Amino acid sequence: MGLIDKQARSLLLGEIVQGMAKTFSYMFKNKATVNYPYEKGPLSPRFRGEHALRRYSNGEERCIACKLCEAACPALAITIDAEPREDGSRRTTRYDIDMTKCIYCGFCQEACPVDAIVEGPNFEFATETREELFYDKDKLLANGDRWEQEIAQNLNADTPYR
Amino acid sequence: MVEFWNSYLLPTVIILAQILAIVVPMLIAMAYLTLYERKVMGAMQLRKGPNVVGLFGMLQPFADGAKLFFKETIIPTGANKFLFLLAPMITFFLALIAWAVIPFDDGWVLADINVGILYLFAISSLGVYGIIISGWASNSRYPFLGALRSAAQMVSYEVSIGFVIITVLLCVGSLNLSEIVRAQSGDLGILNWYFIPLFPMFIIFFVSILAETNRHPFDLPESEAELVAGYQTEYSSMAFALFFLGEYMNMILMCALCTILFLGGWLPPVDIAPFNWIPGVIWFGIKVAALLFVFIWVRATLPRYRYDQLMRLGWKVFLPISLFWVVVTAGFLVAFDMVPA
Repeated sequence: MGLIDKQARSLLLGEIVQGMAKTFSYMFKNKATVNYPYEKGPLSPRFRGEHALRRYSNGEERCIACKLCEAACPALAITIDAEPREDGSRRTTRYDIDMTKCIYCGFCQEACPVDAIVEGPNFEFATETREELFYDKDKLLANGDRWEQEIAQNLNADTPYR
Repeated sequence: MVEFWNSYLLPTVIILAQILAIVVPMLIAMAYLTLYERKVMGAMQLRKGPNVVGLFGMLQPFADGAKLFFKETIIPTGANKFLFLLAPMITFFLALIAWAVIPFDDGWVLADINVGILYLFAISSLGVYGIIISGWASNSRYPFLGALRSAAQMVSYEVSIGFVIITVLLCVGSLNLSEIVRAQSGDLGILNWYFIPLFPMFIIFFVSILAETNRHPFDLPESEAELVAGYQTEYSSMAFALFFLGEYMNMILMCALCTILFLGGWLPPVDIAPFNWIPGVIWFGIKVAALLFVFIWVRATLPRYRYDQLMRLGWKVFLPISLFWVVVTAGFLVAFDMVPA
């Protein structure tokens, strides 16, 4: 009887009809679509996006050329040269990040004692050429100026957990 | 000269105008079928589908068409150039010329021939040539395997389609498509349509046309996991577009055939006031669109069959059932003396 029962059920397409009813009911559910780029999804304060070099509020750059980020970087994407400035403070003369090497692990951010190098919330920095992804100090400082507000908020939100 | 004009040129011009009046709306309908498919599939997968190009994405098909048109036509070095380019043309033209016998409304038919259904059957069988030729002429493995699968599949499902059509013809007593629709008219409206008395046949026919047009869940010929894109693998640009057009046109054609055979063609579901004001061609369009919706719905629901399952379904399930039902229908008609004159 089992065989006949099984054959009859498959002939009556019961399971297929059930499946079709399921997909049909899904037609009227709320869409999961996010209308990127007009809408964007939420980002965590810990989101690791494009890098930025921050400044103090008086305009002085934070980076003290300790090279901890360079040492921490597992992808060897960071290159730093440093020498004393005229006023005697230790500053970088070169701070390059090869964004094609970077794996966005966030170790540079963790290593930094002065919160100078951070990974900001920006993830829309695709370029048309490879060369544009070799970031230098000017580009990173410009990023820092551009995203300072968001970065400061994110760092603030994450402070209790650091 | 006047006689030449009246007896040759004028009819030719009229026929050409009629052909254009069928072909142009069909091409537009096909373009919007692609959008329809993407929208419905999107909705069923909790997405929105194309909604950026034009209002609700209404211009998306034309953007896609323009993209394909400006792409480079690549002809593989090892391919037989003539046959390679001939194959998509065959597919496309066969999909178009079949529309000659489809009645869109009472009397709205280009060629009201008495063997319409045989003509349709012949044309859809010829469709295999386009695919076989493309698979062979591409001189590549995947297209070849895809073409073989496609040909075997179309041939095996045509057998059961043939038996289904025979049951309908037994009930109608004519091979003329307009006659088939007229035989379904009556006081009961929707209850007179053949999908009710011949319900199992309607289901078998529908599943068979899914297989015949190589649609999900029977899209073995172009199953991307195994065969890249089957017989279309080597095609690009307009050659690919012609295959694509031909395939979608075939879908619409088969749905139209299903409408004519089982869903009463241009007839309104109830022959009373608000329903019979709507022109028959609109009813025809609604029914075809509903069937196409089921095509897409099936695609969004079912996974692909394995090849042996597909052949088993065609030969061991559909063929015996449809054959049995031919006998049952014929016996019923004779026993109750309902054989049409």
